[in-house]
Amino acid sequence: MNVKTLFLLLFLPAQTMAQGFAGLGTTADGFATPQPDRALEFPADHGPHPAYRIEWWYLTANMTGPDGTPYGLQWTLFRSALAPRDGEGWDTPQLWMGHAAVTTPEAHHVAERLARGGIGQAGVEPAPFQAWIDDWAMQGPNFDTLTLTASGPDFAYDVDLAATGPLVLHGQDGYSVKSAAGQASYYYSQPLYDLNGTLTLPEGDVAVTGQAWLDREWSSQPLAEDQDGWDWFSLSFDSGDKLMGFVLRGASDFTAGTWITAQGAVTALPDGAFSATPLSWHEVTGREVPVEWQVRLPEQGLNATVRAINPDAWMTTSVPYWEGPVTINGSHTGTGYLEMTGYEE
Amino acid sequence: MSRVILSALLSHWRRNPLQLITLLAGLALATALWSGVQAINAEARASYDAAAATLGDGQYAQITARDGGAIPQETYVALRRGGWAVSPVIEGRIDGVRLIGLEPLTAPGGLGPVRAGGEADLGAFLSGSGQVFARSDTLTRLPDLAAEPVTAPDVAPNTALTDIGVAQRLLDREGQIDRLIVLPDQPLTRRPLSDIAPDLIRSAPQEGGDVARLTDSFHLNLTAFGLLSFAVGLFIVQGAIGLAFEQRRPMVRTLRALGVPLRRLILLMAVELALLALLAGGIGVALGYLIAAALLPDVAATLRGLYGADVAGQLSLRPVWWLSGLGIALGGTALAASGALWSLARMPLLSGAQPRALMMARSGVGQATIAALLLVLSGALALWGDGLLAGFAMLGALLIGGALALPPLLGLVLRWAETPARSATAEWFWADTRQQVPGLSLALMALLLAMAANVGVSTMVSSFRLTFTGFLDQRLASELYVRAADAAQADMIREVARDHADALLPLLSTERQVAGMPAKVYAARDHATYRDNWQFLDAVPNPWDRLARGEGVLINEQMFRRSDLSLGDEVTIALGTGLPVLGIYGDYGNPIGQVIVTEPLFRDLHPEVTALRFGLRSDPGQVAALRDALKEAGIPQAAMTDQAALKRMSLAVFERTFTVTTALNVLTLAVAGFAILMSLLTLAAMRLPQLAPVWALGLTRRSLARLDLLRAVVLAALTAALALPLGLALAWALLAVVNVEAFGWRLPMYLFPLDYLRLTGLALLAAALAASWPAWRLSRTPPAQLLGVFRNER
Amino acid sequence: MLLHLDTVTKSYPDTETPVLHGVSLDLDVGGKLALTGESGSGKSTLLHLIGGLDTADSGRVEIDGTDLTPLDDSGRAGLRRGTVGVIFQQFNLIPSLTVAANIAFQARLAGRHDPARDAELATRLGLQKHLHKYPEQLSGGQQQRVAIARTLAAGPKLVLADEPTGNLDEASSDAVMSLLQELVEETGAGLILVTHSERLAARLPRRLHLRAGQLT
Repeated sequence: MNVKTLFLLLFLPAQTMAQGFAGLGTTADGFATPQPDRALEFPADHGPHPAYRIEWWYLTANMTGPDGTPYGLQWTLFRSALAPRDGEGWDTPQLWMGHAAVTTPEAHHVAERLARGGIGQAGVEPAPFQAWIDDWAMQGPNFDTLTLTASGPDFAYDVDLAATGPLVLHGQDGYSVKSAAGQASYYYSQPLYDLNGTLTLPEGDVAVTGQAWLDREWSSQPLAEDQDGWDWFSLSFDSGDKLMGFVLRGASDFTAGTWITAQGAVTALPDGAFSATPLSWHEVTGREVPVEWQVRLPEQGLNATVRAINPDAWMTTSVPYWEGPVTINGSHTGTGYLEMTGYEE
Repeated sequence: MSRVILSALLSHWRRNPLQLITLLAGLALATALWSGVQAINAEARASYDAAAATLGDGQYAQITARDGGAIPQETYVALRRGGWAVSPVIEGRIDGVRLIGLEPLTAPGGLGPVRAGGEADLGAFLSGSGQVFARSDTLTRLPDLAAEPVTAPDVAPNTALTDIGVAQRLLDREGQIDRLIVLPDQPLTRRPLSDIAPDLIRSAPQEGGDVARLTDSFHLNLTAFGLLSFAVGLFIVQGAIGLAFEQRRPMVRTLRALGVPLRRLILLMAVELALLALLAGGIGVALGYLIAAALLPDVAATLRGLYGADVAGQLSLRPVWWLSGLGIALGGTALAASGALWSLARMPLLSGAQPRALMMARSGVGQATIAALLLVLSGALALWGDGLLAGFAMLGALLIGGALALPPLLGLVLRWAETPARSATAEWFWADTRQQVPGLSLALMALLLAMAANVGVSTMVSSFRLTFTGFLDQRLASELYVRAADAAQADMIREVARDHADALLPLLSTERQVAGMPAKVYAARDHATYRDNWQFLDAVPNPWDRLARGEGVLINEQMFRRSDLSLGDEVTIALGTGLPVLGIYGDYGNPIGQVIVTEPLFRDLHPEVTALRFGLRSDPGQVAALRDALKEAGIPQAAMTDQAALKRMSLAVFERTFTVTTALNVLTLAVAGFAILMSLLTLAAMRLPQLAPVWALGLTRRSLARLDLLRAVVLAALTAALALPLGLALAWALLAVVNVEAFGWRLPMYLFPLDYLRLTGLALLAAALAASWPAWRLSRTPPAQLLGVFRNER
Repeated sequence: MLLHLDTVTKSYPDTETPVLHGVSLDLDVGGKLALTGESGSGKSTLLHLIGGLDTADSGRVEIDGTDLTPLDDSGRAGLRRGTVGVIFQQFNLIPSLTVAANIAFQARLAGRHDPARDAELATRLGLQKHLHKYPEQLSGGQQQRVAIARTLAAGPKLVLADEPTGNLDEASSDAVMSLLQELVEETGAGLILVTHSERLAARLPRRLHLRAGQLT
């Protein structure tokens, strides 16, 4: 069976398969939908929400090696429900998918795992925090102190994470609107973990230090019918400020984001405040992907160029997308992560 | 112009329908036998491929429990969490249908029923009561399963696929797994298997039950048969085409004299033949389909019984198959006709207008020389040839050489018979018989090949059967075999055995690489069972005594041949333990190597292996009591196999094989008989001038007919006498050359004189039946027609 | 000029002396001649050369203005279909075709089949009752009439007859010969008759005798 088809069948409702990521915009039959007035509760909300169709624990990190080489790292656990219920054993409709990647300036290593819920092969426990699929795990006594492991046929990593600031709730206290029509998700982040650990690469082990950003999001219908993909930025400036911003591409683009100052003050950005324009495109495995962007946030005086460290950071997973570390130059400097979906055709 | 020419050419067939029938029937029968056998083989192979594609048999390494039992589901999760990319499989039978549970998320790509572009809905497959995928005929055999049946033609025959969770539920084996498929891509880091699950064992890809390899031997038999049958058919076609061209020589000359260009004429004759070949090929393929459809259920039963391979009992029409059937009909015709067309092209326009002597007696000396050369070549290949190809080349040279040698040898024998003839009639009979040989030689060659093929193949199959049953006697020496589910049951069995059985032989084995090939290492207890029953292909003196003293090992023939070992060579059976080979034993139907060591040594080397399978020796009359005692002790009936039942099953399987072989025997002989009939009918008209003087000199028509019948039987008997050694040579080549090259074991050859006698009888019967109609016609020839011979003489 | 032979020579590998030695011959349109000579004198060879059934070693054979020397097999086959008609001693009928089909055969090959002409010829030659029979069901004289009809139905400019009555008794021989002459006369075709019969040769206006490969 073709794994891509499998993924599409699993993680996107079958009737909109052909639309790829746009399938996330289907109506949520029987699934719970995010409501603006629900307050997030921790640690319970670090755990899974089986009543919602889709959910993820999504961590990216910018790191440097002993010789100053920049590295990027990704660890993602997706949950997808065929039906809005939980269950024991093979009978559960909860399915899990893990993606892991390490990006160097020259190479991009990718691995993917799929698992059924209910038998212990994959899952998430809120406290003590534990998220796992197969031998991959993100776990620790609490959400602030974690170890992270993953391995693929040609790479592995084992790193420690320590949070240095509070969680950031996006949108309206964690209720993040995804289109003008009101599609929304619950969305919060831990934008600042100090990271140190070891990457195992074909060349050998590399000791790395850096910073990681963890996103948590769940929903049942995050995209509108006409939206076919997104460009998502998580940027850490040398000034200590941070920006999460995304563009949902559709009939008309929808943008949103969060500005986080070095002191930890959080500002939700309304549609249109943040903008990102492709500057140059790169061909990777047969399709053109923008790997250099001009990002602007006039109210913070941001006007900078975001450039991929490795433009070939294509995720050859069931549904392919681009995900990799970037450098920032211009009015602000720094590093960050870029994710681009909906370019698979 | 082409239409005018073609109509003239085709008018020949209209005026000589018998020739047309000979040509079409010969070609159709040849194609039918060939494509029937091919269809059976293709169907079986497609089944194996489907099995491999749906089950991953053979493609992937597997992990199984050391004791052959079930793997707990927790172990699977532990392996995944330890970094092992493995996918669980559970198997069972429901009403005889093999039910397989897969886990689609972890199964390797290309496995399982839910495919890209299909209508399959993974959500439905995974959730709710689930779905069961199978061929429609399999679905009808399944009971109502409380899961949605889905028709899927590419699933292996007699197999149903479903989600592992559904399968566990349907088989009532919640939480159990039978085996784990090991994916080719494994992560960089993972914990050793022995840490996570020491009671599991990993086996390399080809060992997962490569059914195709085991069954190759069977299919080789069938293919050899198909090829030989086609060769027989080709002789008929060659005869029919040669005759038709010979008779049409005057017409060709006339056409050219009337202004038909030679090149166009040759081209049109080729087109004409191609059309006839397509027609005959079409009929042949249809007949082949019928043959295959009739035989396939038996073949499927044979394969299931012998090798546990599930093959569809019904045939599906595969384009490749019928196209290749037509192709071989065209190719065969081209082969048979090329000589005739060539000589036609070389024929001078003005040479004598009379047709040449019917079947020009090919230069006897030349033919004998070619035959001798081919036979020498075949001998040389047998002695010094290497590889499967050389084996087949040897077969080819042997058969063609044998066939070509037939007419010169017959001529020799008949001349020798003629000399001491006492009466004038006898003298005329032998001389006339000798004169008939050229005209009948192609048909007789067909008979020779048919008989040789039958002798060869039935010798091979019967030798296989004898060897295999002998092998079963050796391997199934114990009266009862019992399998324990766990150590506690094993203890129970030991206890019962102490009171009720003469001896208890634990069956201990483990797998490892030995001498560069995957092998199973077995333990043998020092017991008379082994000493009395096992036979060696080669052994040092007192092998069992020396084995018991731990002075060496026994190996199977596969290991002996593939690893090029000989007696006394040392093999490493464990780290730092090398022992010399004491004996080599035959081991049939098994692709991997085997090593036998004495039990104490095995226990020293592999203390972790506990015996869960046992052979129990007992008086055959006491087996029932033994079974009862075991049953009382809580051992399920299903865990016991008695030797008699096993042998009965094996023999039943062979009976099926024989049904197939006998059917093919009768068919090929019928084809050869048909060739004789057609040749005799064609000769009949031309023989009148030869017979008329003898009739005028006083032999009645009835006695002439009797002599004709006798002549056919005498010729068939002489042919049979030559076919016997040829067939035995063929059997030897198949058993000792082709089998060894293809499978790594040599089957000993046994002779079956009664079978050969029966075959000879059948051949004589076929010849007599073929000759009886022409003889009957001769006995009814109006005297006026015989007189006409004299009147027409100019 | 219908036929022009200029010093034609032909020998076979198995004979020492040439079969034909410097034979020259002219025949006007509609001209008729008889060619006599003993067995082995080269009569049939000369006829075969004229009919394009064989090729000369040297010299020139021209029919209706066409030089035969450079023609290949299909060129000579074309000549046999269209211009020249040969009537053989052995009749050379196609045994698997009916009398009617045999008569029509050469005309159909030449692409000028005329059923009315077939019918007329069949009537004139007394074959109308035998049209649906096969050659083997006819007597020798009848078979030769079929051969004559076949040749004339194709409308050749030159008819070559090689001992056409050699297999027939004297009475039927005369009858067949008269019909042949009469029909050839009507069509205006040329005729070369090879025969060893003085009686038959005398029926034609011109007569040549071959001896040891030379015309006398």
